[in-house]
Amino acid sequence: MRVVKFDDIVKSVRDTIIYSTTHLAPDMLEALKKAYEEEKSEVSRAVLAQILENAVIAEKEWKPLCQDTGLAIYFVKVGEDVKVEGGTLREAIYEGTRRGYEEGYLRASTCDCFTRANLKDKVGYNLPPIIYFDIVPGDKIDIEFAAKGGGSENVSRATVLAPAAGKEGIKEFVKKVVSDAGPNPCPPLVVGVGIGGSFDMSAVMSKHALFRNIGTPNPDPELDAMEKELKEELNKLGIGAMGMGGTETVLAVHIETYENRMCHIASLPVAVNIQCHSSRHAHITI
Amino acid sequence: MAEYKLTTPLTDEDVEKLKAGDIVYLSGVMYTARDAAHKRIVDLILNGEEPPFDLKGAVIYYVGPTPPKPGEPIGSAGPTTSYRMDPYAPILIEHGLKGMIGKGKRNQAVKESCKKHKAVYFGATGGAAALIAKAIKKAEIIAYPELGPEAVRRIEVEDFPVVVINDVYGNDLYEEGRKLWEQK
Repeated sequence: MRVVKFDDIVKSVRDTIIYSTTHLAPDMLEALKKAYEEEKSEVSRAVLAQILENAVIAEKEWKPLCQDTGLAIYFVKVGEDVKVEGGTLREAIYEGTRRGYEEGYLRASTCDCFTRANLKDKVGYNLPPIIYFDIVPGDKIDIEFAAKGGGSENVSRATVLAPAAGKEGIKEFVKKVVSDAGPNPCPPLVVGVGIGGSFDMSAVMSKHALFRNIGTPNPDPELDAMEKELKEELNKLGIGAMGMGGTETVLAVHIETYENRMCHIASLPVAVNIQCHSSRHAHITI
Repeated sequence: MAEYKLTTPLTDEDVEKLKAGDIVYLSGVMYTARDAAHKRIVDLILNGEEPPFDLKGAVIYYVGPTPPKPGEPIGSAGPTTSYRMDPYAPILIEHGLKGMIGKGKRNQAVKESCKKHKAVYFGATGGAAALIAKAIKKAEIIAYPELGPEAVRRIEVEDFPVVVINDVYGNDLYEEGRKLWEQK
């Protein structure tokens, strides 16, 4: 049994939050540079130039890329042969989140659903985070983090299609979600699509799909082809950077299916999670 | 696509020359307000009381900035999605508001109000929050400090970069720009 110290997890999480909210990930930077080169609309190119300049300033000054420093989202894989000493893993992630948001001068964005009062004073800075735990073989703790903003989350959608809708039905649904969203979620976008499992699982997978680095192909050749096809079709919508009209609306489409593409014989669950151009995500292994 | 430099407060003549798609660099004094602050300001107006700042020719920036680091006037400060302010905007425009800065679509009532009372909706680049913060030279909270990031701030800006989305002629860049590039 490998022992990991509570404080080490807290520090890793804190540092990861501060770094990833101020330094645009290399995959995003490269994708945005490519979009800038390929964009045909003058006004959208001007917007993309601002986005690229913003990344340079944020990195130099360690200033948040976007003022919406999001909800803290975690996908955590816990090895069966690892033990946390000095507290629980959940508490360590909470404390790392609190310290990261407070010490990094990040915005606390969690509030009570009904009163809309900021939760800062009740349970701490930008707490609670959203955590998906998974138990896996081994003695490592694997943590994926994303700061997910509200603008792009608000236009995300989930549905359950009839099985007869098939791949074409899925594509139509994805197109409708991106088209209806228009300028609101801060395009150019990364589009996460979750297919199969159950209603809730498809939504979780659509979020996890956003963590994949842009440029890494889908290991399933059929899904890889579907991703490329969808990207091309979504870019024909004409939405452009910040919705001002243009040819580069989508940087990537990432699809995840449940194990062995499983779903119920009567159902075809599909979820689309939209990610803005300020995709702040990081991966640490402890 | 023309480029203009304008100084607040804005006049009818200022906004009449702007067309959807134009790039504008704004300087002068602006005010920040979003969801909760809008509700409070509109409630004051409807009760016949004075709003916390003079609306005549004013520009409101929809933003909830990050906390400033020591020695800085403001943290990162990009625009938030504007549709949440749609229920309040027409009343403010009627009382003299000339400009709104945010991101995303506005409803028909806001667009009509812009036409009728000569006001403009500007889009700022969402997420470009570190870049935009550079244009904000001073910031002070003038109302509702208890709202935290949503408090009303008086900000002094220099060459704050925006694009005209809805002009006084009823044009909408989101609709027209998209039509121009859509491939059927």
